[in-house]
Amino acid sequence: MENIPGTNILDEVTQGDYKFGFYTDIENDTAPRGLTEDTIRFISAKKEEPEWMLASRLKAFRHWLTLKEPEWAHVHYPAINYQNIIYYAAPKKKEYASLDEIDPELLETFNKLGISLDEQKKLTGVAVDAVIDSVSVKTTFQDTLGKHGVIFCSFSEAVRNHPELIQKYMGSVVPYTDNYFAALNSAVFSDGSFCFIPKGVRCPLELSTYFRINAANTGQFERTLIVAEDSSYVSYMEGCTAPMRDENQLHAAIVEIVAMDDAEVKYSTVQNWYPGDKNGLGGVYNFVTKRGLCKGRNSKISWTQVETGSAITWKYPSCVLMGDNSVGEFYSVAVTNHYQQADTGTKMIHIGKNTRSTIISKGISAGKSNNSYRGLVKILPAAANSRNFSQCDSLLLGDRCGAHTFPYIQARNETSIVEHEATTSKISEDQLFYCKQRGIDTEKAIGLIVNGYAKEVLNKLPMEFAVEAQKLLAITLEGSVG
Amino acid sequence: MLLNIKNLHVAINGKEIIKGLNLGVNKGEVHAIMGPNGTGKSTLAAAITGREGYEITQGEIWFKGKNIIGMPAEERANEGIFLSFQYPVEIPGVSMTNFMRTALNAQREYQGLPSVPAGEFLKLMEEKKNLVEIHAKLTNRSVNEGFSGGEKKKNEIFQMAMLQPSLAILDETDSGLDIDALKVVAKGVNELRSDDNAFIVITHYQRLLDFIVPDFVHVLFDGKIVKTGGKNLALELEEKGYEWIKEQYLATSEL
Repeated sequence: MENIPGTNILDEVTQGDYKFGFYTDIENDTAPRGLTEDTIRFISAKKEEPEWMLASRLKAFRHWLTLKEPEWAHVHYPAINYQNIIYYAAPKKKEYASLDEIDPELLETFNKLGISLDEQKKLTGVAVDAVIDSVSVKTTFQDTLGKHGVIFCSFSEAVRNHPELIQKYMGSVVPYTDNYFAALNSAVFSDGSFCFIPKGVRCPLELSTYFRINAANTGQFERTLIVAEDSSYVSYMEGCTAPMRDENQLHAAIVEIVAMDDAEVKYSTVQNWYPGDKNGLGGVYNFVTKRGLCKGRNSKISWTQVETGSAITWKYPSCVLMGDNSVGEFYSVAVTNHYQQADTGTKMIHIGKNTRSTIISKGISAGKSNNSYRGLVKILPAAANSRNFSQCDSLLLGDRCGAHTFPYIQARNETSIVEHEATTSKISEDQLFYCKQRGIDTEKAIGLIVNGYAKEVLNKLPMEFAVEAQKLLAITLEGSVG
Repeated sequence: MLLNIKNLHVAINGKEIIKGLNLGVNKGEVHAIMGPNGTGKSTLAAAITGREGYEITQGEIWFKGKNIIGMPAEERANEGIFLSFQYPVEIPGVSMTNFMRTALNAQREYQGLPSVPAGEFLKLMEEKKNLVEIHAKLTNRSVNEGFSGGEKKKNEIFQMAMLQPSLAILDETDSGLDIDALKVVAKGVNELRSDDNAFIVITHYQRLLDFIVPDFVHVLFDGKIVKTGGKNLALELEEKGYEWIKEQYLATSEL
């Protein structure tokens, strides 16, 4: 057989369109630009918070002032001017008793995003909390959930209605001292979702929060807190989009999960913040701290993420496996195209006996993007017979992108087993030609091959998300090859 | 004429491999292309199917009355040109069923037809699987992943049966096949033969041609067809090897 010559099919980078880049013109209530103690008092006052909440914010703010922005991630961006950000923006009218009261523009926004807030028309059985800029505008199905004792509401509501739960659990997994962005979030967070599943309850609906950045020059700082009591179960999904803008926008969120004895929490994310244009202009800086605490025996926390958006992603959804026999899982597909940068992975901290963790990470790089997996598996001395299995695969499209793997393993227990596998592959010309020879065009072929590559992870997503995620993968890589 | 190749010149990285090839194929015909290694047999297949990197420096390829030079590979496929690969690639995670449905629907879209309904598609799969004696489980696996050499080749013929091309090029389909698999593959091909389609069978050995009987045998040497005959030419080549053809060719080209 003759040598297959070097061809240039993977060389051309063209425009792949972002489908959610519209802006909704609604009246906003915003804080003045910049960040001082006054900003924090302003936010707290706007939200009519109790004094303990304000005190907690101020403590975090003072701590943040002493910190330096971390530089260890494999990402590059110009210095962020934290005084040039608007830390609070909200559609003027804040709370809605029924859909009729919601600004039609706002409803239209969610319709465009394919999110139905109308409970009557809803067939899929997913309860939704919709957060636009700094506030939650609507949480659906609260009555149905209430009958089972499940609390699913905006974070602000929870602060008012369930202060004892918030005070007990907020910051118990991600303290404000955790890192730079966690401290910032703890000071200025505006809204988010709170979810509480009481003992023995299997949550009857999939819970879902959609986050949307709308206003310009605004940062989004939401907090999510999920508490699963003994023997309960919940599957939670999170989706996010933002308008196309030339300037970068900061998103620094915190997600905390607590799972008690025999509880299971499945957390799925489809992250599609605006990635910037094909020349690397604009896009969201996605600096997020997500951590789950398997506090009880036999508890299980499972993170599944499909990361296609953001100019820069810095996030490591982690599990602290404290309870004996607890299980942590991390399934990730991270796609970068054009000038996107992603430094993402997980941390599995084994503390309890017989704890197990699984890490499946699939990175896909195209264009001139950089995609890094960074993961830590830490086995503490008490974690007898614990096990970890990690598999980190990278797929490269073209020859101007980068894939990097930074695995850290610290095993301090002799009875534990840690396995790590890694592969790097390229979509081969042979695979593409094979598809094309069967009549499948290049874009469809890439979609097919990439979805096949990511199948192990996509299979872990709830049905409602899996279809969306598959489409998103194809759209993100649209135009990544000529 | 279904396929008409006129004075074709093909270069790879500036090096000319096909040097003025002429070939005409009518519907209902089977053409065998034989020749020693490195004479351009697979390059010819690549040039007809539109693989990138194969530069056509001169000549024309007419298919169904269209000059297809410059037409993207997937369009040529949808026009009805099928290549049974010498080395079918693996596509991990993509099930044969999904792959086949995507391919069939791409073809139907090209023809302006709606997607094939799921039930009808599965029935078609069943029917064609039997044709090449493919194990039912094979179609649930990822494309060619973990297939044996024989299974890969059967799978190519299965795809051909699904897509019903008007021109099928079999590139060294017999390589790596034992006699039983060879018979199954040949049986599949023979059942698909009709007055409406044509085959180009690229092979090294005469063996496959015992089962797929050609109407014409062409010998490719130094990038050209240097001899054409009936099915008996294949037997002659089997007996005498390629040396005499080489000598004949070199003798005439020195004149």
